[in-house]
Amino acid sequence: MIQTKDLAYTYTGGASIVFPDISCAAREMLLILGASGIGKTTLLHLLGGILRVQQGNILIDTTDISSLSGAALDHFRGQNIGIVFQQNHFVEALNVLENVLLAQSLAGRSINKEKALKLLKRLNIDHKAGQYIRNLSQGEKQRVAIARALINDPKIVLADELTSALDDDNCTEVLHLLQEQAHHAGSALIIVTHDTRLKDKIDRKVILERP
Amino acid sequence: MNILKLAIKNILKNPLNLLMSTVLFGLGVGLITFLLLFNTQLKEKFDKNLANIDLVVGAKGSPLQMILCNMYHIDYPTGNIDIKDARPILRDDHPLIEKAIPLSLGDNYKSYRIVGTNHDFIGLYHGKIAQGQLWKKDLEVTIGSVVALETGLKIGDTFASAHGFNMDDHVHDNHGFVVVGVLEGTGSVMDQLIMTNTASIWKVHSHEEDDDDHEHDEADHHHDQDHDHDQDNGNAHLLLHTDQQITSVLIQYRNKTNFQALNFGRNINDNTEMQAASPAIEINRLYNMIGIGTDVLHGLAILIAGVSALFIFIMLFKSMRERRYELAIMRVLGAGRVKLFLLIILEGLILALIGYAIGILIGHLGMELVAKFLKADFRYSFTGMKWIPEEIYLLAAALVLGLIAALIPAIQAAKTDINRTLSRK
Repeated sequence: MIQTKDLAYTYTGGASIVFPDISCAAREMLLILGASGIGKTTLLHLLGGILRVQQGNILIDTTDISSLSGAALDHFRGQNIGIVFQQNHFVEALNVLENVLLAQSLAGRSINKEKALKLLKRLNIDHKAGQYIRNLSQGEKQRVAIARALINDPKIVLADELTSALDDDNCTEVLHLLQEQAHHAGSALIIVTHDTRLKDKIDRKVILERP
Repeated sequence: MNILKLAIKNILKNPLNLLMSTVLFGLGVGLITFLLLFNTQLKEKFDKNLANIDLVVGAKGSPLQMILCNMYHIDYPTGNIDIKDARPILRDDHPLIEKAIPLSLGDNYKSYRIVGTNHDFIGLYHGKIAQGQLWKKDLEVTIGSVVALETGLKIGDTFASAHGFNMDDHVHDNHGFVVVGVLEGTGSVMDQLIMTNTASIWKVHSHEEDDDDHEHDEADHHHDQDHDHDQDNGNAHLLLHTDQQITSVLIQYRNKTNFQALNFGRNINDNTEMQAASPAIEINRLYNMIGIGTDVLHGLAILIAGVSALFIFIMLFKSMRERRYELAIMRVLGAGRVKLFLLIILEGLILALIGYAIGILIGHLGMELVAKFLKADFRYSFTGMKWIPEEIYLLAAALVLGLIAALIPAIQAAKTDINRTLSRK
């Protein structure tokens, strides 16, 4: 589903990183491990179409996203890529359900309230659907973020330090939920983290190291 | 969840800011609306009451005061003129004058002015009889529609006039006026007048003098005045009473552009004890005087609107900065730069629209309030319930202001760099 080739990035300061080639099929799971400052976030932003590709290619399904730009890239990202961040931000003026519906709307999909509620239910957060984000705990926010990332059945789901802020119990639960829902949606799941607790829970891994 | 709905929710999220910016904006719009309403209606009133009168001739004094008193009935007379002085212009066969209508002021009933004049006066304002008839005999009166409404006077009612223009002035107890007719409403100042013949005014006042001065040629007066003046067109009978006075003469020229007519007023001012003034010129002078005041208010209103636009700008800019993560997330979710730009612009426009609505409300309510005072003080009817086309232009101006205030924050929002914003932990 996703395949990178000769991906490299040069920062404005001049430092550059060369990334190993990565591939992940639909319903597969890949862990990208690395210490802080190794370029994990840069890689995630490249894969997520947030950062323009400077060198190399990223093929998502049949589209080379390094060839997309501007509105086309925004549109592609909204439809095909779901991202869960470590620190998730939401639209404060909207409640939980509305934040999920916003993701449908911004991706250009028609609003499907029933689908959103079902997804929230599978993530055990449907009882908070009418709540505002500021009233939610960290773990609850993480689940809403997962719902928002998965609502459009994206081809790729990217998770950045998904579990770093969570305790062991929550870590296991959230990972499990994300796996389950990504599988349900038929997405390729890539988790980028320095959280070594995940090491034994996922088989396929890529480890980023300093050259 | 379209961006219009999102914009509304974003605005509602911060009610205090919403209140501050829209009320301030509303004050500016309200003040401008009020001034527009007031000026429009004032001009309408003045224009309507110009009644095609080309010249007013009265006692020497302030020409503006003379106009206000004799045409708009809101100031006191400059004095009276002797009929023997006015004789030349009262002649029915004057070559320049189409109509010369005498006015005698000085009495009121419940602060509604009693005007001694002739039937031509009704024609000036295109008055029509609603009930009864025009006055025929001395002390018969025909009343304007507002007078009838407010005082409850009906045909057949009698009343005693009071000297002067205020209710608490001395009441003449001798003579009862009798109502013989009520006019239809014309929207002009005539609605607020009580009209009778010139002799009635003299009659009321001559008895006044009689009381004070019993010995003084009483027989003479009675000889002159105790016959009734049945017909009341033209001024022939006035000319029989050269020892009497009237307050003013309203003049319509036969030909307004006649060269002699243009000099007519100046001749009166230069060569007689009387004063002539053109209503159009004096009212323009008044507009210019009021204009300075309204200009200052206008400037103030624009200043308030400008400051409130600045406030909206600062508010949007601040909230845009606070929401930079939200905006970045929206981009991640597929929102293009144009969408974020439009979101902030919409928020600016909605604020301006709410402010405009508040302003229109303030303007109209303010006008309605002032109308009540004006009615009590001047008996001029203004209203806050009237709409004017300028309010549409004001809406456009308000939206443009909202757009300008939102422009820079919107551009900033569109420039949101997702990578940089989200990398900042």
